[in-house]
Amino acid sequence: MTQPAPLLEATDLSCTIAGRNVWQDLHLQLNAGEGVGVTGPSGSGKTLLLRTLVGLNPWGEGKILWRGEPIALPKLTAFRADIIYLPQRPSLPDGSVETALAAPFELSIHRDKRFSRPEALEYLKALAVEGAFLDQDTASLSGGEAQLVSLVRAMLLKPSVLLLDEPTASLDGTRVRQVESLLSNWLHAKPERAFAYISHDPEQIERLCSRHIRIGTQTETSTTLEAISP
Amino acid sequence: MTSHYLNLSLWQVGGATALILTNMAISVALRLGLARTLLIASVRMIVQLLLIGVILQYLFALEHPLAVTGVGLVMVLLASFAAVNRTQRRFRDIYWHSFIAVFSASFVVTGLALLGILQVKPWFNPQYAIPLLGMVLGNVLTGISLGLDHFMEGVARERGLIETQLALGATRWEAAHGLTSASLRTGLIPTVNAMMVMGVVSLPGMMTGQILAGAAPAAAVRYQIVIMFMIAAATALGTLMVVMLAYRTLFSPNLQLRSDRLYKREKAGKSV
Repeated sequence: MTQPAPLLEATDLSCTIAGRNVWQDLHLQLNAGEGVGVTGPSGSGKTLLLRTLVGLNPWGEGKILWRGEPIALPKLTAFRADIIYLPQRPSLPDGSVETALAAPFELSIHRDKRFSRPEALEYLKALAVEGAFLDQDTASLSGGEAQLVSLVRAMLLKPSVLLLDEPTASLDGTRVRQVESLLSNWLHAKPERAFAYISHDPEQIERLCSRHIRIGTQTETSTTLEAISP
Repeated sequence: MTSHYLNLSLWQVGGATALILTNMAISVALRLGLARTLLIASVRMIVQLLLIGVILQYLFALEHPLAVTGVGLVMVLLASFAAVNRTQRRFRDIYWHSFIAVFSASFVVTGLALLGILQVKPWFNPQYAIPLLGMVLGNVLTGISLGLDHFMEGVARERGLIETQLALGATRWEAAHGLTSASLRTGLIPTVNAMMVMGVVSLPGMMTGQILAGAAPAAAVRYQIVIMFMIAAATALGTLMVVMLAYRTLFSPNLQLRSDRLYKREKAGKSV
């Protein structure tokens, strides 16, 4: 029996910025059911890796495969609707939280889906946030609250893969645990799901992820990458 | 053309020049540090106007289509530089884009007006072609610089929001649509505002000029209406074009926001 193709796979990926190799020959697989931690010192290109995986940054060499197929232009919006990248500092449009959560449903790629307020409330409840939060103005949110909105916004769109860039960086201990349990419940609620998770906290990676990859800069020009199994 | 107006002697112009001393006195008294700039601006204005006076005299005597088109092209070139120089950011093809937008908008609209509306014969008659083109250019320039500046600043300022849209599956048009419309609106506002108060608060320069030159006010008004619609159409066309060209540069077909292509201009340059 053949293995199902990974949800997301990158092979021989290289990234050069201003003549400097940030990383090269990078291999990465996200299989269904997996939570993969991404660690490495600051400036090693972790954020860049996630951005490159969804094609927000041009990349030099290598291939990115989505369910075994190279990502091609006509399917790029469908790819990004399925593999959602969440930046560390989320951007939310002006208006209420509810408007921000509903806004992506206006995009043509999501036209078959409907924004559901009860579903949003359910996610917020899992994060111990009151329903009145939906009416709050996005401009008044703290950095941590904006990260919660960004996470719920992505989950409502029902992607297969979440690429998370330090989603709990601005949250306190209790909230961190709530996000972690929401995320692992989300992962296990359906078989065809996976996430990658950048964190500087090794214990968090251990709690949340089944394996992790480390991006480490050894010298100016060479980069090592090691996959560590649990 | 019969003229009923007073011809100004050089002495009279010299007298008017003394008026700029008011500005200089204010600048010196309040230490605004503008005296030098005012002097340069005054000298530049005098030299440029004297020069264009000579060129126009020559052009009117020549009455040749190539000469008129040539002067028109130089005016377009200067206007397209000036439009870019009023913005804060740059990308590689920005001057080229500005030239394409200024050229097509002003030549198409002025051409249509000369041939179709005013039906000037011959079409290149510099008495009509040059002033009409000049007025269209002055306004297209403003529209283009405002629209372009708004678009580039928007890309820099709203980078996070735009990329979030793209990351959630937006097409590049969906991600850019809000900003392109706002930029177009910004470019068109001065024209709309001018039309709103025209004749009530402001008496437009061309109309005033015609009246001073002895034209009947009612006839001057007709010209003014024609020129305002020419300006409105050309500004819309030019701003639309320059914003769409910038959009194609800064939003790549691979659905990436290429804000890395934008850079701040090196120093505060002088506008042409």
